Amino acid sequence: MDAEDVRRATWRMAHEIVERNPDPSQLAIIGLQTGGVWLAERLARIVGEVTGGDVEMGTLDVAFYRDDIGLRPVLPEAATHIPVDLTGTTVVLVDDVLFTGRTIRAALNALGDYGRARAVQLAVMVDRGHRELPIRPDYVGKNLPTRRDEMVDATEEGVVIGDVQVP
Amino acid sequence: MTATQQAEKRTDATGAPRHLLAIDDLGPEGIGEVMRLTDSFVEVSRRPIPKVPALRGKTVASLFFEDSTRTRLSFETAARRLSADVMTFSAGSSSLSKGESLRDTVLTVEAMGVDAMVVRHSAAGVPTQVAGWVRGASVVNAGDGWHEHPTQALLDCYTIGRRKGGLEGLRIAIVGDVRHSRVARSCVTAFAGLGAHVTLVSPPTLLPASLAGWPVEVSHDFDSVLPKLDVVYLLRLQKERMTEALLPSLREYTATYGLTRRRAELLAPGAIVMHPGPVNRGVEVAAEVVDMDVSAVTEQVANGVAVRMAVLYLLLGSGVDLASA
Repeated sequence: MDAEDVRRATWRMAHEIVERNPDPSQLAIIGLQTGGVWLAERLARIVGEVTGGDVEMGTLDVAFYRDDIGLRPVLPEAATHIPVDLTGTTVVLVDDVLFTGRTIRAALNALGDYGRARAVQLAVMVDRGHRELPIRPDYVGKNLPTRRDEMVDATEEGVVIGDVQVP
Repeated sequence: MTATQQAEKRTDATGAPRHLLAIDDLGPEGIGEVMRLTDSFVEVSRRPIPKVPALRGKTVASLFFEDSTRTRLSFETAARRLSADVMTFSAGSSSLSKGESLRDTVLTVEAMGVDAMVVRHSAAGVPTQVAGWVRGASVVNAGDGWHEHPTQALLDCYTIGRRKGGLEGLRIAIVGDVRHSRVARSCVTAFAGLGAHVTLVSPPTLLPASLAGWPVEVSHDFDSVLPKLDVVYLLRLQKERMTEALLPSLREYTATYGLTRRRAELLAPGAIVMHPGPVNRGVEVAAEVVDMDVSAVTEQVANGVAVRMAVLYLLLGSGVDLASA
């Protein structure tokens, strides 16, 4: 995927979000630090443009909720910033790449500390498979079969496996 | 144990610190890391539920052989907000009064399965000694004699950083009883390490016998130093110092070295006033100055919890493999 493919996928995902959640005032789009933040910002902007309303946007760092604390170095990338009480809102969690699902599990626990969301949905640019927990995304930019040992990088400039660009 | 072995035990296999005994254990980069991590814990402290599961299943014991309210409560609150279990030990009600040695007390506490010990003692060097005795636990110095109080210096660095955007190039005066102050020793190392210019303002009788190697200037004239300062850091004056004949009278001390109302008016715009507590209102600082906007005293206490969360998380949760240490 190149930058144009990512732009189109983002645009489609934003419209899918609006289709399922027509009222932007009930919506909070929250990007996971740090990989999901760019995508969350773009989605929030497009959802805002399409619906003509303001969408709450936040960022979440899940380091303190991970299940591998003590197994590997776990340090937060950046502080969490969630400007609103999430009770009653629909939260769209946003990350760049969905892999084992463990980060999303941690994020779900973290979100609980900010209020009881009405529902939580998940948007990712790339679903690369290899889930270790029963978690599935609601909005996907691209399903990408990968080997477990490969590295996947998804940014505004495109999606890259290892250092080879995905066609 | 040889000195080299003891030094090796201060870090684990990955080079991450296992204990926090003095500010030098961290160095300027380590202080920066604690500051960065503290931002995340300040955010945690502001939440409706100010608690994260990061240290679930870990046990933190506070071993206070000397009285304290804020430091002990601050550490215990920090540990609880990280979901650690907390054990409290106070010397007065312990088997120390039955004649148990310090070493046996420490090993007994560790044998109950403690991951970190927060140690305060009136004698310098006790936390270092304890770090040499324990097998797996991390040791945090919560103040030892006149030696060091590293988490106080870290929370002060964080408080200054928050108000002034960093310490590089700031002019900071530490005012008062430097000689008997562990806070001053930790703060001088930390402030100077982060690039601040530190001046000690103190009567000659309350300066250490030797200042060799201290990255500081010294002044005995508070009024001339005051207008140029970004930070005025006041130390607590202990009343015992009068009986030791180090000072003629409290009133004379206040007149020469106290931050009186008159002196507070000499402060540069944007300057801040700090104090590690407990404050003797009317002695080292006028009662009303503590409550003015220039005073960062309550911020210091609030930031203390977040900084200690960062320290405990770095030592216990950030991936340090304690077993291989």
